[in-house]
Amino acid sequence: MSVLKFTPKQFDDFVSTLLKTGRPVMAPQAKNGRFAFGPLASAADLRLDYDVTILPPKKYVLPQVETLLEFEVCGPCRSVQEGEPMILLGVHPYDLAAILQMDELFRQGQYDKHYMDRRCQITIIALDVVTPSANVFASSMGTATVTSGYDILLTVLKDGSILADAATAKGQELIRLAGSAVPASEADLLARKAVWEHNNAVLNKHILLCKPSLLPKVLEQSYNHPVWEEKARLCYSCGSCNQVCPTCYCFDVQDRVNWDLKTGYRFRAWDGCLLENFATVAGNHNFRKDRAARYRHRLYRKGKYVPEKIGGQIACVGCGRCISACTAKIANPVEVYNRLLQDTKLG
Amino acid sequence: MCECCSGHPDIYLPQMATITKRRMLNGTELFLHLEMDSGEDLQYKPGQFVEVSLAGIGEAPISISSSPTQKGLELVVRNVGSLTKAIHKLQVGDKLGIRGPYGTTYPIEEAKGKDLVFICGGIGLVPQRSFIRYALDHRSDYGKIIVLIGTKCYSMRLFREEIALWQERRDMTVLETIDEAHDCWDGNVGVVTTLIPKIENELPGSLVLICGPPIMYKFVLISLAEAQVPEENIYVNLERRMKCGVGKCGHCQINDKYVCQDGPVFRYSDLALVPEAI
Repeated sequence: MSVLKFTPKQFDDFVSTLLKTGRPVMAPQAKNGRFAFGPLASAADLRLDYDVTILPPKKYVLPQVETLLEFEVCGPCRSVQEGEPMILLGVHPYDLAAILQMDELFRQGQYDKHYMDRRCQITIIALDVVTPSANVFASSMGTATVTSGYDILLTVLKDGSILADAATAKGQELIRLAGSAVPASEADLLARKAVWEHNNAVLNKHILLCKPSLLPKVLEQSYNHPVWEEKARLCYSCGSCNQVCPTCYCFDVQDRVNWDLKTGYRFRAWDGCLLENFATVAGNHNFRKDRAARYRHRLYRKGKYVPEKIGGQIACVGCGRCISACTAKIANPVEVYNRLLQDTKLG
Repeated sequence: MCECCSGHPDIYLPQMATITKRRMLNGTELFLHLEMDSGEDLQYKPGQFVEVSLAGIGEAPISISSSPTQKGLELVVRNVGSLTKAIHKLQVGDKLGIRGPYGTTYPIEEAKGKDLVFICGGIGLVPQRSFIRYALDHRSDYGKIIVLIGTKCYSMRLFREEIALWQERRDMTVLETIDEAHDCWDGNVGVVTTLIPKIENELPGSLVLICGPPIMYKFVLISLAEAQVPEENIYVNLERRMKCGVGKCGHCQINDKYVCQDGPVFRYSDLALVPEAI
């Protein structure tokens, strides 16, 4: 299928049509001077020019709180699948890269049906970045643009027109609602290429001084580097870096009893490895009680452990949210990785 | 539900099991014998664990203490948190949720023909008992069986009758110690490492299997290094917060290893590059 071109007005009409499909459309909108993904009520609320959202769209594939089971207290449990058809509109390439990683993590080994079923029902309309955020470094991580993984990719051209490229059956099903949009010309496709080249160059407010693929090797030699202690001395163990991270997927599982005291549900909720009690077991023994060890664990997961699990791709996509969210200003992964790089001998 | 998911089971859904026997082993440890409501025995191997849950209270990883050579599933639950406190109130006939079994197993095949030395500290005897019983039920497959058991104090000793029966057997050696002296105890007093010199001659060539509280590993491993036991012959059974049991939630990670998948039983030589392990 060819790439379609919309004028801003035609695009608004397309979004209005999407809103009538009956499926919830989650999209970036203004929120207290910043941006957040939320249910879209009208095309006018959509902000294709957003820089970065407070939380990543991860919250729709792995919600902050998700019911896994329902039960009668002390009785048997029954599976709950909460997923429903949904359109996720306006996902930046770095956030898409993070979702694709998470797909692999929940699919591989023991198949997590709760995640996968929810994910299968989501149609992702990605969007090339229009406004770089203050701390983005997606270019350094190779996620400033994407070539696959989306159902539709939107690119806003300099003249304000919008190109839409449907890559999957799910995407094509939606693009059929495009109405009066016309096929993009050669010149439009060249203009799109220029946007990609531009984004690959400018989404780089912090510059990683090596290819991301070298990070596992760098970390292999950096376990006892002083930087862990230096940075972690200032860490509040608040877990903000975990909460805003599009690739963090650790969760806690708990039971809750309903008001009738007879029934209840088991749910999972986001957790964070920087939080003090993340590795505490019954009897109060904490296997990672040092802040520096927790701080290091996070950066090892991003740069070594997860990549080794999913075939190489670094589990930091360069969104820069942790840099903005960290009160102590110690979360910048580029700063740490560059520092380690300086002190590493790469053969 | 989408097509690609409909064929997959829910990995978080527990099966029900009924308590068929229960007794306190000491002031804090409850022994449970369970049978699966499905009527089929759980297919597990020594060293593995299950996720035990009580709907409305929670779920926790618990080592399997029985051997697959016997019927039913045996667990020992220490009264230490809200879930285990509730489990302690359960009676015969009450039900628990069980997921699993999960994790790696003791090297039951590799160990064939070899001498086995079990070093158990406190509640660490619980998972070790699974392999000890398995080896006793396949007695001719294994060489010598030596069991060292250390307990903090006299009143906390576990499986006393069973240990007494083991001590009567001529085809195994069982040495016990308690950390703190007691009027009723005329055996060895001191931590479990004080038993190691008594069996030092048996260590070369043996497979040594260790399970106990975190602090114990460091000291036992020093003693074994002094006795020149190769790291390839040592197995440790590690505990972490195996919350999901299926390698997703991240709580049990030690460096790049997931205890729920890559452990809980690790060959010690495989942990050389895993500094968080011991």
